[in-house]
Amino acid sequence: MSHAHPNFRHPKQPENDAGYTRRDYEGAISTLCAGCGHDSTTNAIIQACFELNVEPHRVVKISGIGCSSKTPAYFLSRSHGFNSVHGRMPSIATGANMANRDLLYIGISGDGDTASIGMGQFAHALRRNLNLNYICMNNGCYGLTKGQDSATADRGSASKKGIPNPYESIDLCELAIELGASYVARGFSGDKKQLVPLLKGAMAHNGLAFIDVISPCVTFNNTASSTKSYHYVREHIETTNTFDFVPLQQEILTHYDEGTSQEVTMHDGSIIHLHKVDSSKDLTSRQKAVNNLEKEKEKGRFLTGLLYVNPQIEETHDLINSTLYPLNTLTEEDLCPGSEILDRINSALR
Amino acid sequence: MKPTNIENPEHFHKVIDCQFACPAHTPVPEYIRLISQGKYDEAYAINWESNVFPGILGRICDRPCEPACRRTRVEETPVAICRLKRVAADNKNQATSFTPEVPDKKNGKKIGLIGGGPASLTVARDLLLLGYEIDLYDDQSKAGGFVRTQVPSFRLPEKVLNEEIDRILDMGVTTFFDTYVDNIKQIVDKNYDAIFVATGAPRGRDLPDLPGRIDGNESIFIGIEWLAAVLYRHVTSTPQKVIVLGGGNTAMDCCRMARRLGGEDVQVFVRSPRSDMKASPWEIEDAEEEGIPIVDNHSPLEFVIKDGKLTGMNFEKMTATYNNDGRRTLVPAGEPSVFVPCDLVLLAVGQQNAFPWITSESGIEMNKRGLPIVDKVTHQSTVPNIFFGGDAAFGPKNVITAVAHGHQAAISIDLFCRGKSLDDRPAPSTSLISQKLDMHDWLYDSNVSEDKRSAVPTIDKVKSLHDRLLEVELGYGKKTGHKEAMRCLNCDVETVFDYSTCIECESCVDVCPVSCINFTENGDEEDLRDRLLAPADNRDQPLYVSAILPTDRVMVKDENVCLHCGLCAERCPTASWEMMKFTYNSAQAGKK
Ligand SMILES: Cc1ncc(C[n+]2csc(CCOP(=O)(O)OP(=O)(O)O)c2C)c(N)n1
Ligand code: SF4
Ligand code: SF4
Ligand code: SF4
Ligand SMILES: [Mg+2]
Repeated sequence: MSHAHPNFRHPKQPENDAGYTRRDYEGAISTLCAGCGHDSTTNAIIQACFELNVEPHRVVKISGIGCSSKTPAYFLSRSHGFNSVHGRMPSIATGANMANRDLLYIGISGDGDTASIGMGQFAHALRRNLNLNYICMNNGCYGLTKGQDSATADRGSASKKGIPNPYESIDLCELAIELGASYVARGFSGDKKQLVPLLKGAMAHNGLAFIDVISPCVTFNNTASSTKSYHYVREHIETTNTFDFVPLQQEILTHYDEGTSQEVTMHDGSIIHLHKVDSSKDLTSRQKAVNNLEKEKEKGRFLTGLLYVNPQIEETHDLINSTLYPLNTLTEEDLCPGSEILDRINSALR
Repeated sequence: MKPTNIENPEHFHKVIDCQFACPAHTPVPEYIRLISQGKYDEAYAINWESNVFPGILGRICDRPCEPACRRTRVEETPVAICRLKRVAADNKNQATSFTPEVPDKKNGKKIGLIGGGPASLTVARDLLLLGYEIDLYDDQSKAGGFVRTQVPSFRLPEKVLNEEIDRILDMGVTTFFDTYVDNIKQIVDKNYDAIFVATGAPRGRDLPDLPGRIDGNESIFIGIEWLAAVLYRHVTSTPQKVIVLGGGNTAMDCCRMARRLGGEDVQVFVRSPRSDMKASPWEIEDAEEEGIPIVDNHSPLEFVIKDGKLTGMNFEKMTATYNNDGRRTLVPAGEPSVFVPCDLVLLAVGQQNAFPWITSESGIEMNKRGLPIVDKVTHQSTVPNIFFGGDAAFGPKNVITAVAHGHQAAISIDLFCRGKSLDDRPAPSTSLISQKLDMHDWLYDSNVSEDKRSAVPTIDKVKSLHDRLLEVELGYGKKTGHKEAMRCLNCDVETVFDYSTCIECESCVDVCPVSCINFTENGDEEDLRDRLLAPADNRDQPLYVSAILPTDRVMVKDENVCLHCGLCAERCPTASWEMMKFTYNSAQAGKK
């Protein structure tokens, strides 16, 4: 059994513009089950950070509890991290984000961590449009505690235990759109071609980006009767659009026919080009986005891709008018502006 | 691309870089693994079967395997393959006999070998085991050929040489030493079923036209003849100032020997730039280590003679220019000539074949370069029952090539004597065996060592320069040998892919430290090489392509920098990757 990853890498491993190789974004060797979808999702995160020239020390990884929530150990070992309590990732992320708005926040959660114990926290983070990349590795079960059905398991789907789930499932993307997230996407751990650009778009986005990644649990929920198995997902996947992420400062080289493509300019100036299959689908409309999801669901299909995006919504810091600078950079002068100003505040409150 | 056919042994054979590069295709990773397990006898036996002279080659081999070693593609230095061979030879049990049973009942065929070097001895060993009778002729008093007369004892002690040569002679070779064959007819007339000629490239090149050559004759020697004279103690000392001309391994042996026989001021002069020198880099290093300057870009102009005595040499400085296709020309630098005083000059400027004893009436046809016309594969000459091998066949090469020739010639001779077609050559024997012990446990040690190559300890310089018989290198001890053996990447443990069970979760892609594995749309080789995750530009290493998978993609693995770490197999939930040991043994005479 290998407990260590060899340190040798491909001799021609490329460097990104920030001078890092992909290896600089890796973490410890995974201890998840062989074949776990979470490992592929982890790798997509590594790839996205590499391609976006993210500086590892400017990233914060926060997670809850679950196999999914273990993954921050397996990527970006040179970043900041906090493995919190079950379902509490959003509050830790909120606190950290309030203290330092300059860092890139990656919140990792699972469907159990999000849709059951953490539901309340999830809802409020969405509502506040916290500037967070909320990645939910969704396998329809509680992997870490041996595969009990989670709240995202579809009705009738049966895991390894073999008992069909009697309840309706919660669609986390629909919830996210309705409750105020400004970037909502669904991906599949087995399709990095789609997942990596989705993650890059999320990281370039300012506000809450929610990505529901269907990420099969090979050990407990990859059965023929499960709707979250590799096989079932591949057979029932539907894509809203293909997707080009054009980072800021990069020339747009492709020509897009009118009507078939939608252009969304992100907060940092990057551009997302959506090549839509159906030009009537407007991804900046909340209502249409939810309709699209419902329509595919009726047909028994999963809709993946970018589902909804609205870069105009203000994020938490703007909403509460907080300081523009990380708290640790504030000086005594900033924090104690003097008795004159204190008097003014006090008199305003009288 | 079409799915790779791993039934074809050549696919995985190529992946074992060292074994593939070795002219005798010694199963290198297997013997290194045995050394790491302390099984020195087994490691030695594998070598002996394949290359016949492990103790000798573990010291003086040209090591074509080392530059080929996979490790050089992921770090700076190869595994010390050659020195590990010596570890096996040094540590094997002295009581173990490595001689297999020679059949008492002979097959009635008699073979004559001319020349007693490594090629002939290899033929002798291979054929004795099949019941042939062997007569061996050599003009020296002992067998070994140039390995004995030319390679100095400080690199190869006589004891080691004798052990491996005597082992073969003791298998029942009838020897005719001190027998110079001056006409091949003498041997042909003895009616052997086949004759094998391996007389080396015995003639050292001279510089007959250089001014002063004749007058200085008493102080100018041909390097290889001088080394042989040292061996037989006809030469026991040198004057203080010695010049060695030439840039090959013989030049290195000459200068180091001169240092041991009293030469205080020994210098090597080479016409070409240092980077073009023929000597192995480690031989050059060893010479410099002993305080011998190597002066490059100096072409000899004349031997300077005063009062009938050699007093030095004049050199012209050269510069190398390279034309578009990289071909080199040396032109005078246009500087005044340089005088270097000396009392002795050793010429090591190349070796030639010489066959004054092969007359045209023998029927052996020669080419324009004065070499016999010999088939590259069968080693047969234009006379059907006369075969050539070693340096005598295609010009000067090295010991391990001579051994490989010997094996091939033995196969041919055996086929010939049995009346079979020489093209009906036996195939290599191969096997592919699972290494699985458990979900995550393998029969081999899959951890990748990040240790750097260990230096070989040497004897004190002052001591060794006083005694030409003292071996300079001490060899790795068991502990260092183990550490060095652990650096081997187990390139013979292959990743074998079963496309029918793969669920395309891509865990293997994610875990592979060197990004070898890809799942992508199929294409032709050029196209695929161009768009894999990591550059796949080493064409010496094959791509491994699967049949079409359910998502219409194929698995493509670039074998180039795979570390054989087994992580892909450990991370695969469906055991679609398996680590399997591929054994490849070159055919030898008598095998089917
Ligand atoms: C407060 C609390 N309640 C319950 C648990 C037990 N527990 C651990 S992980 C987990 C569910 C994890 O499911 P999910 O978030 O989907 O992660 P997965 O393992 O499937 O990736 C539960 C219920 C816990 N650790 N803490
Ligand atoms: S139990 Fe399931 S989710 Fe957890 S590591 Fe194993 S496969 Fe992944
Ligand atoms: S890990 Fe196994 S099942 Fe998964 S893609 Fe690789 S070979 Fe296929
Ligand atoms: S053995 Fe597998 S994981 Fe290891 S380097 Fe080779 S392909 Fe990659
Ligand atoms: Mg889960």
